[in-house]
Amino acid sequence: MSNAAPVLRVEGLRVAYAHARGAVRAVDDVSFSLRPHERFGLAGESGSGKSTMALAILRMIKPPGRIEGGEVWLDDTPLSKLPPDAIRRLRLAGIAMVPQGSMNSLNPVVRIRDQIGDALADHGTKLPRRALAARVRDLLVDVGLPPETGDKYPHELSGGMKQRACIAIAICLRPKVIIADEPTSALDVVVQRQVMETLGRVQMELGAAVILIGHDMGLMAQFVDRLGIMYAGRLVEEAPIRDIITAPRHPYTQLLIESLPSLEKKGGLRGIPGLAPLLRDLPPGCAFHPRCPNAEARCRVEKPSVRTMGTDATVACHFA
Amino acid sequence: MLSYLRRNASLLIGIALLGIIALFIIVGTFTVDTGNAQPLSVPALQPPSWDYPFGTDRQGRDLLAVMVAGTPLTLWVGFVAGIIGVGVGAILAFTAAYYGGIVDTIIRSIADIGLTIPGLLVLIIIAVSLKGSLTVNQMAIVVASLAWLNPTRTIRSQVLTLRQRGYVEIARLNGMSGPEIILRELMPNLLPYLSATLVTSISGAILASVGLEFLGLGPIDSPTLGMTLYWVQFNAAIINGWWWWWTAPLVMILLVFLGLFFLTVGLDEIANPRLRRAA
Amino acid sequence: MTPLLELRDVTKTFGTGILGRERKAALERFSFAIDPDRPRVTAVVGESGSGKTTLARLLLGLILPTAGQVLFRGKDLHGLNAAGRREFRHHVQAIFQDPYEVYNPFYRVDHVLTTPVRKFRLAQSKSEGHARIEEALRAVGLQPGEILGRYPHQLSGGQRQRIMVARALLLRPRLIVADEPVSMVDASLRATILGSLRKLHEELGISILYITHDLATAYQVADSILVLYRATVAEAGDVEPVVQSPQHPYTQLLIGSIPRVSTVRDWAAEPVQGERDSIATGCRFADRCPSVMPRCRTAVPPLFQTAPNRAAACFLYDSAPALPAGKVAAVLAAVQAKEPSAAV
Repeated sequence: MSNAAPVLRVEGLRVAYAHARGAVRAVDDVSFSLRPHERFGLAGESGSGKSTMALAILRMIKPPGRIEGGEVWLDDTPLSKLPPDAIRRLRLAGIAMVPQGSMNSLNPVVRIRDQIGDALADHGTKLPRRALAARVRDLLVDVGLPPETGDKYPHELSGGMKQRACIAIAICLRPKVIIADEPTSALDVVVQRQVMETLGRVQMELGAAVILIGHDMGLMAQFVDRLGIMYAGRLVEEAPIRDIITAPRHPYTQLLIESLPSLEKKGGLRGIPGLAPLLRDLPPGCAFHPRCPNAEARCRVEKPSVRTMGTDATVACHFA
Repeated sequence: MLSYLRRNASLLIGIALLGIIALFIIVGTFTVDTGNAQPLSVPALQPPSWDYPFGTDRQGRDLLAVMVAGTPLTLWVGFVAGIIGVGVGAILAFTAAYYGGIVDTIIRSIADIGLTIPGLLVLIIIAVSLKGSLTVNQMAIVVASLAWLNPTRTIRSQVLTLRQRGYVEIARLNGMSGPEIILRELMPNLLPYLSATLVTSISGAILASVGLEFLGLGPIDSPTLGMTLYWVQFNAAIINGWWWWWTAPLVMILLVFLGLFFLTVGLDEIANPRLRRAA
Repeated sequence: MTPLLELRDVTKTFGTGILGRERKAALERFSFAIDPDRPRVTAVVGESGSGKTTLARLLLGLILPTAGQVLFRGKDLHGLNAAGRREFRHHVQAIFQDPYEVYNPFYRVDHVLTTPVRKFRLAQSKSEGHARIEEALRAVGLQPGEILGRYPHQLSGGQRQRIMVARALLLRPRLIVADEPVSMVDASLRATILGSLRKLHEELGISILYITHDLATAYQVADSILVLYRATVAEAGDVEPVVQSPQHPYTQLLIGSIPRVSTVRDWAAEPVQGERDSIATGCRFADRCPSVMPRCRTAVPPLFQTAPNRAAACFLYDSAPALPAGKVAAVLAAVQAKEPSAAV
């Protein structure tokens, strides 16, 4: 990893949803940066705020949601200062997203090649027909699909193929950052491997950075360089993946890794007791304290701040 | 409930309009001599005045009395036909959708064929072939004979979407029989939809009955809204400039339909599951 | 010994295409039996299209087999009278994948617990029924006070799924068919719910059929395993040897494709050949198999019993004796009994 300037920088991002009984903070003061060519994972369970984070970076939060504060920089450009038109142009060209349930976000009545073509045209790519067709064909080959796929409709493709078609759309304008939100959660394990291999390969060919959002720690372990763990809207730990696996600092990370069923040895099945808190009903102090084995009086009252550990890790815990 | 009404404007307007009509009928029944809705009760062709707020018609009927007496009759036809239509339709729909197979094919085919035949034509034929003149109740049955066709189809579609739900499978695993599942598991979830369908059915029935009456095929002696319009047309009231004669029934019909329409829209909003979960 | 529930040479095909002309087999010539005297936890592992959901629905009597028989205590399931059907429903229960869909949104969650109490007459009085419900909820780690009286949308997916386990507990069935019970539940809760299922088995002697695509949880929770590939059994046996040293090339591919939480990054290294839609003769895996031989394309391999407690349907092991159809249970029975299986 070079020490180059980060390609994406998120600082103090706060997103809230207006609710009948008060505002619900879905993303609470999250900061991290993404270096060029880096693969960053964002892991968390349902209700942790990770998908909201992705939408917030792309400034796609709609009412009753609102970005309350913080800033996102793409290279040196602060995104909140851009007019809506510029943001729209930035999506797909600067930051591309492979959304959750991509397979269902393909237009069922439009052929694949036209969906890619539309994406290109929407962003002002004016190419003569032949050149456009060639470009689409190249993209499909890049993601490992046979060129005939362009002529097909989404329902004619398998799940894995549809997902790769979505990746093709995401990379067609050579973005600097690709955000993949649970790209393989509905796919079989063998197909998942193919799709992730494709994603990794196109990322390297483009020289882009990837944010992989998901909840499968095994997938994170095998794919990302750095991992951030989200809980109740906060980034409770962030470190190189190697360190997270071998020496997790936050109790939630530790319990999460312990609760994963191993394929090496039959042992007891261990879960994390209690329930993930509802974002609208967070416990006082540290949101994790009701489930934390190390909780003390301080945790019930004082919310731990995010502290930097060493050169490249952060943790939000009083005792890490 | 009240706060919901504030959010669901259509429902509120619908209830308000129908409430006004109901009030009109109730107050009218106590204050107006409905006997004057019969011919030769009062001086003919009087324009609206203090004595006769809605004027009188050529046969000597007090139009206010006609409205007070006739509106409930028209509404009655609508209710009876609508309820029979949705009742029969629901039974057929649940049976067809839940059991599927040959039962479904038979019911569906009959309904489909029935729907392709122009309804008004059938009603006219039925009405014409019934000797003598119809009573209001017979009118209702005539309209009801076709009113079940559409509800059967639409309710069937709704039940089909519910049939594959997990809770239906759990009910089967509990050893529940078909009718039990229909009654206890499926029906309650469809109550909002059935209500909306009922209101639509009532509107359709009123329209059909007014149509038949306007053609002179209704109960001749009853002062229903449709019959009043028949007399309007029979006596060329428009050309003759007796504007009060056709204004009253038209306004009333308009109010009834607007009320039912807004009520339908309001109920549709409740029936929409997306909104229900948020409420 | 009459099996509690048996599938005898069952095939299930579905029609596709216009007029249902093309028939696609969801399950082919499948035979399997549940031993009433030796309850065990069996995992059925397969990906989408393997036939595992069809298997669950056949076992639960929710669909009819196209060929073959489904037998409950020796009698044809679909020929039972009302009393027989009720007995079947009492003793064979299910937990489904989607904790949202199984609740009727019109009723409070109490409904899914009170209905079986009523239908199967599990209590003599209302208070006894209530007591049993509370006991079942506590046994799965839920507080009755927080659960009863609520509507489904007020509870989390994990709570709802645990209520379903409590429901199964109330009925004390002999067999629970759990079809992907934790795939829609958060990772931290999976272990808890699977642990409850395992406890049901150990404390009450209930057999569990755990159907899933997640090999890791299958390994942790089950004693025996069946690996399905495209409507047939690829490999079966004791869960330990099958997972640690898989014999069938498909099982090897499956296990190799699971991303491990480890600092060793060997996962997405080589691209893997995808499935092609061919309805070929011979072994179903032939078009993707790295060890494919000419005979694989023309003949369907039977299950070869490579050890007392395992079998693989692959010609690579044709030196081992072939199991006749219907004897898959033999390799699965050997696990609990810890004795050499009866002569095949």
